[in-house]
Amino acid sequence: MTELVRDGSGPTLARHSSGVSRQAGGAMKLWRTYLPPALFIAPGFLLFLVCIVYPMLQAIQMSFFDWKLVAGAASTFLGLDNYVRAFNDPRFWLALSNSGIYMAFTVPPQIALGLGVALLLKDKGPAQPLFRVLYYLPVVTSWVVVSLLFKYLFADRGLINFALDDLLGATDKISWLAERWTALVAICALGVWKGIGWSMMIFLAALQGVPKELEEAAVIDGANRRQRFGAVTLPAIWPAMIFVTIMLVIGGFNVFASVLVMTNGGPGGATEVLLTYMYRQAFEFLDFGYGSALAVILTLIVFSLSAIQLKLFRNPEATR
Amino acid sequence: MSARRLPGPAQSFRLVTLAFGALLMVTPFLYMLSTSFKGQQYVLKLPPQFIPDPATLSNYERILLRGDFGHYFANSLIVAVVSTTLAVLLSAMMAYGFARYRFPGRELMFRLLLIGLMIPAMMLIVPQFVLAKFFGVLDSLVGLIIFYVAGNLALNTFLLRGFFEALPGELDQAMQIDGAGHWRRFWNLALPLARPALATATIFTFLATWDEFAWALTIITTPENQTLPIAVALLQGPKGTQWGLVFAASIIAILPVIAVFLTFQRHFVQGLTAGSVKG
Repeated sequence: MTELVRDGSGPTLARHSSGVSRQAGGAMKLWRTYLPPALFIAPGFLLFLVCIVYPMLQAIQMSFFDWKLVAGAASTFLGLDNYVRAFNDPRFWLALSNSGIYMAFTVPPQIALGLGVALLLKDKGPAQPLFRVLYYLPVVTSWVVVSLLFKYLFADRGLINFALDDLLGATDKISWLAERWTALVAICALGVWKGIGWSMMIFLAALQGVPKELEEAAVIDGANRRQRFGAVTLPAIWPAMIFVTIMLVIGGFNVFASVLVMTNGGPGGATEVLLTYMYRQAFEFLDFGYGSALAVILTLIVFSLSAIQLKLFRNPEATR
Repeated sequence: MSARRLPGPAQSFRLVTLAFGALLMVTPFLYMLSTSFKGQQYVLKLPPQFIPDPATLSNYERILLRGDFGHYFANSLIVAVVSTTLAVLLSAMMAYGFARYRFPGRELMFRLLLIGLMIPAMMLIVPQFVLAKFFGVLDSLVGLIIFYVAGNLALNTFLLRGFFEALPGELDQAMQIDGAGHWRRFWNLALPLARPALATATIFTFLATWDEFAWALTIITTPENQTLPIAVALLQGPKGTQWGLVFAASIIAILPVIAVFLTFQRHFVQGLTAGSVKG
């Protein structure tokens, strides 16, 4: 916080002209200029520094150690060993690929379906608020509850199997959560179901900002529905599209509670995702150093994916 | 758009599609509600019962009367209310500080907040656990509250700063001429004007803290400190989950969330717009 009060280069607000002598007045002025913002910001920012920024740095530090939680036990410096270990760990690669699969199979459907529902819902009508609530309901429900719910729906004698068996005539009963791919299908289905409402809401808000004049002009020019969408709607909601995509990709790599509750990484670690694997290393095997290394790798992946997407998305007009 | 009314068939196609989608979204909830009224021998019966027959209240009785669910509910409520109040207050102060004043390091500090916004909470769980152990707040509601407040600061500050920046400066200057100090201008002028944004921040923070699972799972070890998500998750047995019981507890756990959502849904839309599309 000292940074705030020290070294002022030019206050723009609340200039206090006092009649005190020049030097004392200068110090006084600095004090009076920077004390109020410091007091407003300090309590929250200190908490943020201690509980978020410091752990961020410590995660990096811990990842270079065989970290011992027990007080007094010496942690051994390992250098990059934890990272090398990760790259040689087949279970890490399995978890990474599961996270990647989850992302690949949840992000596009959430964007497409969310946008589709938003387009159908954008015209205000008597039913619009009701639909909005129904689609958004899964978003506000806790991950634990919906994960348990989907575990129940995908149970051997659950509703999904009943629907497939008796309504669609499939004869083989699928033990969804007992195998890697079918379990991933169930987990992804939950991810999509829970997330559609969120992207719908963002797109719905963005669609309100599509200029009506442009849309009408396009109609007059004889543009069909598809052309209007490409020429008017899409550019107008592009910032929302970027935002939704980036957030969903981050969210995809953040999948945790649903896997933990539905399969607990099983059978035999086959559905482990990055975060459940990291969590297990840290809190089951108490390997905090390795867990931190995995967390750092994941953060790097998330950050670079976000940066790449921002680059790709930038300036849609330029590529048009 | 209003000039061009959709023709009949297109309109009905639209409604049918929307209704079909909505049915897919809601059926799991209805089925959960139905199961919460079923006895254990009926929960995985084939063909499945959509209307429980016989319906029983025994799951709710067991959750509400036996066991500590009232206690878990109270824990969740305390943690969510205290965390939300503190997080919104501290974020509003920070946002006001960033929006109303110019000082060296301002941009740098705000950047740091943005990084905090991008860092997924789970990445920090290991060092935060070490930190909580150091503070001696493991296995306590205080430990939940401190880190819930900290974890919700960045997003709320980001959301509220935009709002404070959009407030006209003239009112502020007028109050300043009248001799109102910094805090009074914040408390009596800026905060009341920012009520819609504050409502959004409050709702999102409340839901996030009410539903939070990973951190509570990590630091809470004694049953008496459990919050609802943990208590509900632990209801599933290693073999043969009592689904009726699980869903009776789930319904109780999500009722406040649904009530808050239905009451304030207008603010959801506003909050999402302010936080995303402009950002």
